[in-house]
Amino acid sequence: MRILLTISALVALGAAPALHAQDEGSPLPDEATSTAQADDQSGVGTETVVGSLEGDDLEIAIAAFAPERDVATPANADGTRALGVELARVITANLRNNGLFRPTGPDTLPRPDFGEIRAPSWGVWTSRDSEMLVQGYVQARSDGQLVVGCYLFDVALKEELIREGYVVTPSDWRRAAHKCSDLIYARLTGESPFFDSRIAYIAETGPKDNRVKRLAVMDSDGANHRFLTLGSATALTPRYSPDYSKIMYLSYVDGNPRIYVYDIDSGKQTLVTENTNPTLAPRWAPNGNSILYSMAVAGNTDIYRVSVNGGRATRLTDTPGIDIGGSYSPDGRQIVFESDRSGTQQCYVMNADGSNQRRISFFGGRCATPEWSPRGDQIAFTRIAGDFNIAVMTPSGGSIRVLTNGWQDEAPTWAPNGRIIQFFRTTRNSGRSSLWQVDLTGRNERRLPTPVDASDPAWGPIRP
Amino acid sequence: MKFSARKAAILGVLSSAMALGACAKKAPEELPPPPVSIPTSTPSTGPTGPVGPTVGTQGHFEQAVGSSTTIFFDTDRFNIDSTDAAALQTQAQYFAQFPQVNFTIEGHTDERGTREYNVALGERRANSAKNYLVSIGVSPDRIRTVSYGKERPVALASNAAAWAQNRRAASVIISR
Repeated sequence: MRILLTISALVALGAAPALHAQDEGSPLPDEATSTAQADDQSGVGTETVVGSLEGDDLEIAIAAFAPERDVATPANADGTRALGVELARVITANLRNNGLFRPTGPDTLPRPDFGEIRAPSWGVWTSRDSEMLVQGYVQARSDGQLVVGCYLFDVALKEELIREGYVVTPSDWRRAAHKCSDLIYARLTGESPFFDSRIAYIAETGPKDNRVKRLAVMDSDGANHRFLTLGSATALTPRYSPDYSKIMYLSYVDGNPRIYVYDIDSGKQTLVTENTNPTLAPRWAPNGNSILYSMAVAGNTDIYRVSVNGGRATRLTDTPGIDIGGSYSPDGRQIVFESDRSGTQQCYVMNADGSNQRRISFFGGRCATPEWSPRGDQIAFTRIAGDFNIAVMTPSGGSIRVLTNGWQDEAPTWAPNGRIIQFFRTTRNSGRSSLWQVDLTGRNERRLPTPVDASDPAWGPIRP
Repeated sequence: MKFSARKAAILGVLSSAMALGACAKKAPEELPPPPVSIPTSTPSTGPTGPVGPTVGTQGHFEQAVGSSTTIFFDTDRFNIDSTDAAALQTQAQYFAQFPQVNFTIEGHTDERGTREYNVALGERRANSAKNYLVSIGVSPDRIRTVSYGKERPVALASNAAAWAQNRRAASVIISR
């Protein structure tokens, strides 16, 4: 287990920028919805939990965060005391949903007072099953900001393990809960954090022969859900920029499949290429400075790289056939992509300049939609061998492990810490689609709650 | 597997196309297109006579060429086989008779492929059809192509017969 130094710095979290939407430039009516209820049952009631918990799951109690004083706040109609309960509920749901912990939420626990937060009443907690205890506080500052303190204690040792404080605008209160979840997760598992992140995906409605496909975004737990396009034009395959300022996606808004860069602050959309060829499969470089896209010219599709500021594109592949996708290694030096140059879809690795292209998949089926792990040590892909499954392999194509067993599971995307993979699952005949996630061990598979059917998840990095 | 029911109907009409042989992938370009009955654009003159679809509409095109508006592909393939060639020759004859008509070839795939690959594969199929039409004399300036990948199926079941119907390139008249 990694040892972390106790941190007491206050981390200021910026307000999330307002999102605007457009299909053909028309503004979006205010139809943002929040789907994840921040209560103890939330998320779980609408999910299918397939994986089994391990025997050594850590028992952890998350008590209601105590208000310094119970005062009004824009973050909760019932004041800061109610907000403190909500914060603990969000943390509880986060920790429950990854299979490493057995969290007990605030609704069945004693509620510590503000004065007890730094010094727990040990007698209350040692009589319970929990090995770990999370306490915290909420403070409404006179400048309108909220301060949220997050403390993790080892109950047996009666010791504080780590603490952190966050300054957030009231509308961003959930980020404090996600930051606190990340603090606890990282301290107890030694892994990197991932809760304070967002997901872009495609929301689907309507019958199979007339599906409406809209660009949508949500927090990692499904909250703060928004539709960004109206659905008049089919939208596919979104990708958040590393700094969350932009989303690249494919839209049929002009009648052709073409990649647009959607600037979230301004709502402005720009084409990746100025010519009239179809473009697809947009991908960001890890540093956000350049992008990969695929372009079909007279039916032949190749991968290109261009600076995010425009300019001349570099063609990286030149074989006849379909070369698409492209996912950078985290150091930006290599790209894994898919090609049917051998006759079927297979996965290949090349240097970032297009040199040294070599096939890495030789397992007898087809290899599609490869995505390089943020940790660099694994590549997730769609394994087509009869059914479609999500699998992982090393960057040299070895040690393949199949993680899912749906009829059609495709398009893996990595959690920021490289421990969890999301994908979408299509149901045979009905064509209904849904987002799922599974951890790297193949356990803890669960369906993500979305307001409507969903596909093409793209998990962004930890928020800046 | 090919979806063959509709093709059988095509071949019944286009008997000369059968002479190309089952193994022929492309019809020799010097062969004249098979004779087909193309309705003229002369409108009905009788005050109570039925008014059919007019030139420049999909209805007129369909009435003229029947099921030849669409060609079908094997799994993961985009080649034009003899059946496809016969249908495209029928289309070409129509487009020769109505030079004012422009059209879009929509490339499609079945659902049993990943989304992005299918967009690229549909593009390839549309271009195969376009290239064949151009090779038998249709001006490329009249042909637009678009791929919908697996996003617009016509057969909704998840079985081999439905997938065969969805692996297609469909010519659609651009209405003015």
